[in-house]
Amino acid sequence: MIKLFERRTRITVQRIKKKKSPFIYKSYSKKPKHTWLKKRKAAERRFRNAGLISILIAFLFLVSLVCNIVSSGYSAFTGTQIKLPITFQTELVEKGAYRKIVQNALLDLFQDVETRKEKRSLFMLISRNAPYELKSLIKQKPDLIGTKIDLWLPAASATSIFYKQRLLEESKRIGKINGDQAKWVTTLAQSQRTRLKFNMPFFKNGDSREAEQAGILASTIGSFFTILVCVLLAFPLGVATAIYLEEFAPRNWVTSIIEININNLAAVPSIIFGLLGLSIYLNFFGMPRSSSLVGGLVLALLILPVIVISTRNALHSVPQSIRDAAAALGATPTQVVFHHTLIYALPGVMTGVILGIARAFGETAPLLMIGMVAFIADAPQTITDPATTLPIQVFLWTNNPELGFVEKTAAAIMVLLGFMILINLCAVYVRKRFEIKW
Amino acid sequence: MKKALSLFVACAAFTLPTQAFAAGKQIQIVGSSTVYPFVTVVAEAFGNNTDFKTPIVESTGTGGGFKLFCAGLEDASPDLANASRAIKASEKKLCAKNGVTDITEIKIGFDGIVLANAKGATRYDFSKKVLFLALAKQIPVNGKLVNNPHQKWSDIDSSLPDVKIEVYGPPTTSGTRDAFVELVMEPSCKNLPEFKAAYTDKKARKQACHLLREDGRYIEAGENDNLIVQKLQSNSKALGIFGFSFLDQNGDIVQGSHIAGIEPTFENISDGSYGVSRSLYVYVKDGHVGKTSGLQEFITELVSDEAAGEFGYLTEKGLIPLPSDELITMQNRSSALAVK
Repeated sequence: MIKLFERRTRITVQRIKKKKSPFIYKSYSKKPKHTWLKKRKAAERRFRNAGLISILIAFLFLVSLVCNIVSSGYSAFTGTQIKLPITFQTELVEKGAYRKIVQNALLDLFQDVETRKEKRSLFMLISRNAPYELKSLIKQKPDLIGTKIDLWLPAASATSIFYKQRLLEESKRIGKINGDQAKWVTTLAQSQRTRLKFNMPFFKNGDSREAEQAGILASTIGSFFTILVCVLLAFPLGVATAIYLEEFAPRNWVTSIIEININNLAAVPSIIFGLLGLSIYLNFFGMPRSSSLVGGLVLALLILPVIVISTRNALHSVPQSIRDAAAALGATPTQVVFHHTLIYALPGVMTGVILGIARAFGETAPLLMIGMVAFIADAPQTITDPATTLPIQVFLWTNNPELGFVEKTAAAIMVLLGFMILINLCAVYVRKRFEIKW
Repeated sequence: MKKALSLFVACAAFTLPTQAFAAGKQIQIVGSSTVYPFVTVVAEAFGNNTDFKTPIVESTGTGGGFKLFCAGLEDASPDLANASRAIKASEKKLCAKNGVTDITEIKIGFDGIVLANAKGATRYDFSKKVLFLALAKQIPVNGKLVNNPHQKWSDIDSSLPDVKIEVYGPPTTSGTRDAFVELVMEPSCKNLPEFKAAYTDKKARKQACHLLREDGRYIEAGENDNLIVQKLQSNSKALGIFGFSFLDQNGDIVQGSHIAGIEPTFENISDGSYGVSRSLYVYVKDGHVGKTSGLQEFITELVSDEAAGEFGYLTEKGLIPLPSDELITMQNRSSALAVK
């Protein structure tokens, strides 16, 4: 041992004399110095490259996903309209036979259509909901009765998809458009009776079984109500729980069991909360099925643990000296929390709440159990009205057989992603703006 | 701020009970996903044409729908149940146990399932037996159940063409597939002695009979029938399974194979001679008529000539309408509800 020490000292002294660094690493290693250095550096490089590659792969997935959605969804933001010479015959208006009025206008344009089958496919060019537009137009302007005007009416979604391809050839037709219909659309396009317009119905309508009329307004309002209920319940409950557990609760086995359970709750599959909602809110309390009230309550359960955990972490990161200083100035424990600790922890609390909202916003599974996955055309007026949410709307549309819903689905996903990005940006902003570094 | 908050809470407290528990009830419909696309169309038209609210339609599956429907008579329970089969005795019993004793059955039409290929290719005439031998996961060979060995149609019957078996069809989640295996596979399979020997339990045998092969001869093509039609267009050797409506809409691209000598046409399906079709039903809770606003009017709309009639708008969505005398029976049933 002493010999070894002497030898090391000698070597060190020699190195200092030669103006080299006195520290020797592995001087007894048999391998030449550069080999192990190379190995270490290679390992370092390997690790970094692996990280880089995994980020690249993840990025590639994301880009292909977004590209896929955008490329199949952007076309949903425009809709095709067809100009028809509408005659509001008095007797037809009085009978409310607006469908007949539209049909007459089409027959006016294509007078050679005779057989029943041909007529049927001709009528299918125009949206089935076009007559309702005429109805509301007449309600606004009753003086139109008895006159003849050119009106732009929405085309059926099959027509629209065919037209939007901009390849008005019979061989390129897709979906339900048959040969005759392709010919008619081409004729209409050539006589300037077709146009593409921004698809307003997508933003101002509720669900519909006609793809060209289906919109996201009702489900967006439903989402809003649901999240509102969810936050009103989960925020105070979650924050109060966290404050009590972190600041006041004695450390004993009861609180540690509660703590473990909260952590476990955060990992429970979301459908379980739906089952809970079904048996408690619907069957026991008799709350209205499919309502955003019940949806919000279920989602509140879902995000409660998220809020509790993040709030506790935020409170925990406030230095003890702040509490001590406040207490030394005579503040009661409650005053310490509400005048100081909670204020400083607020950015962290808000981030947790916002991320919880983002999670609740995208959830569908628990809502399935409480009847929110349903065809609901009317926008909800109150939180007890039947409602759907945006992700549910996406789910429902993917199940519809009509080709027109493919682009609608992608467009609804784009809107949903937009909301998500907005919520997350809020979280980032709140954190950056109000964060306190100790 | 505090004032506003307390005001809000007061408002919420006020509106909640009155809204939640005494709301003039909206029509609630649950049940089959096969009937969903038809009933939602009627619901939408009903909402647009009348001053009543648009009914809510949940797609829970036929069985799940009856479970909810039969849960009780109270206002919150569904008013109508959609079904792609008639109600079972066990479901009726459940209903009766919960006080739902009066139910009216409304048949709205038929749903045909076709096996089609591209126009211009060989037009097939299959028996159900041939289809079973071509598509089942297990078939009996020399008294033993083996994994389906058939690769070409001619392997099954030398009169069939020497073409690879290639059938696009719906996945297990689909009602069309349920109906297909029930109407085509099950009758040819359940009485085979080999299956009886291998599966003594009736339920297990039924399940085994419903299995389609997974070796790439039957190809699951997703729920979207349009996709299958497009695949058939590009691959003239393949066949596809889908609802009749898609054949009807794409009659110039694809042709329906005959089954047991019968062509899938509108007429043959509606008179029942085409073997692969089933009835679609809507069940009404009589006790809710008069309690749920607009319920009777909705049923009237559902069976009206304009919706379910021969040229009604439901046929545009692919429903095979009832023969006119049966539709009149249904319309009478609907008006009988009003009298009650």
